[in-house]
Amino acid sequence: MSVRNHASRHDTDVAIIGGGLVGMSLAYGLLHQGKTVTVFDEGDQALRASRGNFGLVWVQGKGDTCPDYARLTRLSARLWPGLASELRQDTGIDIELQQNGGLYVCLDQASLQQRADMLARMQQDAGGDYPYEVLTAEQARQKEPALGPTIAGATWSPMDGHLNPLLLFRALHQAFARRGGRLINGQPVEHIRPLPDGFDIRLPGACLSAGKVVLAAGLGNKTLAPPLGLHAPVEPNRGQVLITERLKPFIHYPTGHVRQTGEGTVQLGDSKEDVGLDTGTTAEELGKIAARAIRMYPVLEKVRLIRAWGALRVMTPDGYPIYQQSDRYPGAYVVTCHSGVTLGAAHAGPLVDWLLGKDTEISLEAFSADRFPL
Amino acid sequence: MQTDSPFNRLETASAATVTIEIDGQPFTAREGDSVAAALLAAGAIPSRTTPVSASPRAPYCMMGVCFECLVEVDGLANVQGCMVQVSEGMRVRRQNGARALTQGDVHEAV
Ligand SMILES: Cc1cc2nc3c(=O)[nH]c(=O)nc-3n(C[C@H](O)[C@H](O)[C@H](O)COP(=O)(O)OP(=O)(O)OC[C@H]3O[C@@H](n4cnc5c(N)ncnc54)[C@H](O)[C@@H]3O)c2cc1C
Ligand code: FES
Repeated sequence: MSVRNHASRHDTDVAIIGGGLVGMSLAYGLLHQGKTVTVFDEGDQALRASRGNFGLVWVQGKGDTCPDYARLTRLSARLWPGLASELRQDTGIDIELQQNGGLYVCLDQASLQQRADMLARMQQDAGGDYPYEVLTAEQARQKEPALGPTIAGATWSPMDGHLNPLLLFRALHQAFARRGGRLINGQPVEHIRPLPDGFDIRLPGACLSAGKVVLAAGLGNKTLAPPLGLHAPVEPNRGQVLITERLKPFIHYPTGHVRQTGEGTVQLGDSKEDVGLDTGTTAEELGKIAARAIRMYPVLEKVRLIRAWGALRVMTPDGYPIYQQSDRYPGAYVVTCHSGVTLGAAHAGPLVDWLLGKDTEISLEAFSADRFPL
Repeated sequence: MQTDSPFNRLETASAATVTIEIDGQPFTAREGDSVAAALLAAGAIPSRTTPVSASPRAPYCMMGVCFECLVEVDGLANVQGCMVQVSEGMRVRRQNGARALTQGDVHEAV
């Protein structure tokens, strides 16, 4: 399998390892910049956060200990409407993006106070430009009448939103194919060999040369990175998600724990478990998720649940992304993050500029893996 | 409501019958029928419209996996008709769109 389809010395300008939301967002942006792109993706047994996530384009509270991350998150949220409409033009798919604000509901006063303090600090770090409100229980119910009588209150931000992550995934893949991107899937990349002026990507039965290689393989980055002089200390963190039957719209704003999709199902979640590579579900954790959701929205008590799943987050030790080019093998990059939905629009835009050596709107130095001990 | 249905029943040992209501009309169903089977026998199709596109649907898999057979049974919406057996006096309604949760005070769990 060796196709030389243009003037480049390589089979493809850029090889992206990993066809999840991160890899596909980068691939989409690279195609827009006129590059030839080949995405390599493992078989269906792979661990795939992109197929199991919650769909939030979430800003409030993100990056409370890292102002560069807070800025990147806000930039991506601002870029989302443009990306959503481009994807719609390319594919006809409406990814159900809504950015009308979001609520973070707190069940006790202590956690409400903690969030209020955190957001105040973040507003200060952002030079004041960080809109949010702290709502009493009464004020929260004025915004969202379905909220229950025992909540302590909520924090509100007009910057938050959500989308349908599976439609996003489909739109990215369709647009990629339509714009001439090439997908090689079903097998893991086994070996990436640096060449004097590029890389050989090897998998069972195939070898392709690329000018640049981007590791966007989620949890797979951990083992792919070191031979390229890169470091990606990512660990799995399981989240379980519950889905209700379809209901007429009654939730107007997404929250960190509950959102209603464009199709009417209600998605409940936000558990965090350190259980290794186990994508299963447990009655205990699902029970906690359901109980908390019912305290938030008592009307959910009599609603039927249709399905549940567990999926593994791709977590760095501090939760922030790793964006790094290899010193030893320039042209090799690692791009990995937890919030791949939220950051999707930044990945398709400024991150692609960075991969192509252009000026970016934002400083990415804070995201070097040098911040972690080897 | 009596049968003007494209579905024909196979001859089997004669079963007892129960009377149910479909959209307010009486219908004689066979004991042991699922609600979905009764709807097909009654010609009461389409049996729902979808919440997203409002397109018409009817029972399809008859074994609980496709969710095409959602109907209202005794006042409760989004019931999978193929997973529930008819019973005497049961009130079945065809369902348009999604289940509504918020009648009246939303703080009262329905
Ligand atoms: C429960 C849960 C809820 C979440 N909620 C949100 C949210 O609300 N908002 C948000 O922004 N983010 C959320 N996330 C995070 C988001 O889903 C991830 O950040 C994102 O999906 C990561 O994408 P990825 O492409 O890096 O990883 P993945 O989706 O894991 O993709 C990696 C890909 O790499 C491939 N791969 C691995 N190794 C190899 C190899 N050797 N060769 C070839 N291919 C390989 C795999 O096949 C896989 O497809 C959530 C995650 C979870 C689990
Ligand atoms: S007919 Fe398929 S679930 Fe009932």
